[in-house]
Amino acid sequence: MIATILHVLVLLLLPPLLLGVIAKTKAWFAGRVGAPFLQPYYDLAKLMRRGLVLSTTTTWVFRAGPIVTLAATLLAGLLIPMGGGDAPIAFAGDLILFAYLFGLARFFTTSAALDTGSAFEGMGSAREVTFACLSEPALFFALLVLAKISGSLTLTAMLQAPANTLSAGIAAPLVLIGIGLFIVLLAETCRIPVDDPTTHLELTMIHEAMVLDHSGPLFSMILYASAVKLLVLGTVLLHVIAPFRFGQAWLDGPLYLAEILGLAVVIGIVESVMARLQMRRVPYLLVGALLFCGFGFILLIR
Amino acid sequence: MNASRPDFATLTNGQAVKRSEIPVLTPEVFGQAILDGVAARQRVSALFGASSPIPGATRIYAVLADDEQNLLSAAATDIAGGEFPSLTPRCPQVHLFEREIAEQFGLRPIGHPWFKPVRYCRSWTGRDAWGRPAGQPILPAVGDFYRVEGEQVHEVAVGPVHAGVIEPGHFRFQCHGEQVFHLEIALGFQHRGVEEELIGGPNARTVHYAETLSGDATVAHATTYSHVIEALAGCQASARAQAVRGIALELERLANHIGDLGALAGDVGYLPTASFCGRIRGDFLNMTALLCGSRFGRGLIRPGGLGFDADADRMAELGRRLDAGEKDATVAIRLLWDTQSVMARFEEVGPLPRKVAAELGIVGPAARASGLERDVRRDQPSGIFCFSHIPLSTCESGDVFARAFVRWLEIQHTIGFIRDQIRSLPSGAPRVPVKALAPDSFAVALNEGWRGEVCHVALTDAQGRFARYKVVDPSFHNWPGLAYALRDQEISDFPICNKSFNLSYCGHDL
Repeated sequence: MIATILHVLVLLLLPPLLLGVIAKTKAWFAGRVGAPFLQPYYDLAKLMRRGLVLSTTTTWVFRAGPIVTLAATLLAGLLIPMGGGDAPIAFAGDLILFAYLFGLARFFTTSAALDTGSAFEGMGSAREVTFACLSEPALFFALLVLAKISGSLTLTAMLQAPANTLSAGIAAPLVLIGIGLFIVLLAETCRIPVDDPTTHLELTMIHEAMVLDHSGPLFSMILYASAVKLLVLGTVLLHVIAPFRFGQAWLDGPLYLAEILGLAVVIGIVESVMARLQMRRVPYLLVGALLFCGFGFILLIR
Repeated sequence: MNASRPDFATLTNGQAVKRSEIPVLTPEVFGQAILDGVAARQRVSALFGASSPIPGATRIYAVLADDEQNLLSAAATDIAGGEFPSLTPRCPQVHLFEREIAEQFGLRPIGHPWFKPVRYCRSWTGRDAWGRPAGQPILPAVGDFYRVEGEQVHEVAVGPVHAGVIEPGHFRFQCHGEQVFHLEIALGFQHRGVEEELIGGPNARTVHYAETLSGDATVAHATTYSHVIEALAGCQASARAQAVRGIALELERLANHIGDLGALAGDVGYLPTASFCGRIRGDFLNMTALLCGSRFGRGLIRPGGLGFDADADRMAELGRRLDAGEKDATVAIRLLWDTQSVMARFEEVGPLPRKVAAELGIVGPAARASGLERDVRRDQPSGIFCFSHIPLSTCESGDVFARAFVRWLEIQHTIGFIRDQIRSLPSGAPRVPVKALAPDSFAVALNEGWRGEVCHVALTDAQGRFARYKVVDPSFHNWPGLAYALRDQEISDFPICNKSFNLSYCGHDL
């Protein structure tokens, strides 16, 4: 019970801090002081207090988009284990639900964007679903590898398998899907080199272009949902690339927090040392992720 | 023009002649002479209308620049009635000039392939080239746009309100997926009516209008204006004033080039250079502030010389700051060329081939990046640039990388130039008195601002007042180049193409 409460608390409270850590890392690289670590919380609170501007061309889909996205992302967060603990919700085949909760979120985000009838939002939606076609199979291949290692179709068992299985044979596949999942993480959470979350240039945006018309509390939900997504996918990645566990909850909890914050620093470094890819080169990167995960799977079953 | 063409009057940069010395040709001879001049690798620096002594007629003046002979040539023609033959089909670089004449004087260029307003304002003569009713307001960017038809073609409209803090302009893309078939740019939102306001001058306001023609090129426009006034008044600024003007012009170039390189890095999401260049640009702006108290050089350049003299301590401090700024800028900008992911974004994006750049009459770093060797500091030198030369920086590829790299080459050359000038600053009066302007005269001055050629042409009346004051900002030449560079490019690359030209909206809209 306590583990579940802790899981939910971490899932609800930690995500904006990751954005703060990324921003601070980027500021450090740029030679600036940067905003405080807690700035994303203040931003979300500020947006929640703001009014809502709704275009007259939009329908309920526009309002439902952020709500469904946030709900789906939070639910996905309940399906994965964090640190040494188990997931609050677990059943055989929950990996399918996990993957398609993100699919549902994407469907509603893009539908809400198309609902505005704006050229920018249509362009953003087109880019989003095009790139999702490549990142989704990569995620599935990675999950397949974990399912094969664990012999289970439950996310808790699958994600804890790398820590529990002591075998040299799984090292190479894990490294491959680790790379693939990292690329998927960058793409899904709209980070450089795929997308630039801080850009103001409408024509270059992917995710940002889809949410240009959202404001106030709805926009706050969108920002919060993308932070939660970062935490959820980051946690999945950590299970693969850092499977070491003490086996003691009071040690594994802090270890997990250190790892996820470390991952945020790594993302901040990646964002600081390289430029964005040209839009037509993004699919090459995602195909690369797909190949990494696919070869991981082939290596395991050969 | 050169000696082989007696039908044009020959003059040099910063020279005034009597208006009667400017030959008035028939429209046919005038048009043919421009075509012949352009065919002989001359450029159209200015083509503009003015009032004519013949009632009901409009006099059109042309100023051609012959970069090989370091000379300018001018001629005029009288257009009676409401039409004149368009040269644009045979000489694309006059395309915007002819639209401007049509808009300002209500003359219809017959055969113009892209006959649309430039700034969406009323004509000065009451005659309208498009036959729009007098009472109806003219709104910028409202009108027909070029459209590509087809099931899969979609149109993207950007602006005039942009997400960043930039000037207003409207961009209409015809796209096939991510690919841009055509970009049309509609400006005019910044039109202030400066050219109309300058008529009857100079007065107390005129120099301030000159300084704010394009705020980031204050020194370039103010220096060019001062050259015009000095030519008409028959005086010359002291050697010291000319050297300080040169220093200020080059400091302006440094600040803007460094800011542009930082902004290019920012547009591709490369943080280190973006952040550092943003700060270093401020350091260079502060060097201009050291000279005159304004980061944009307002108040520094005045007809007859300088508004502020620079003492030795100030110059020594400038030298120290320049050394520090050079060190910082070198580190920040080198990072760009050493980062593969940045080069992948810059190379082969937004190419402007040399031939097209020449046909469109592109000027400044954008022209040099396409391999055109044109630089007013070398080709039509005036002031300090007659004595002290800055090497020409060119690149061949004409893409975003070339436009960025030319800026870096110019930054290095320019820092060396400023250092030389500080070391050997001549003595002399900071400002000499300016006498009344010569009546019935015609004067042209050119300067290489950081964007390219700044051209001012003044015509005085019998009282020595401006009968017409024509300003050609380099942006006026270069906007069509940006539209061309976007063809067959990805729409997501528009921001870096735009930034690599970094043109002025208010300098175009005046």
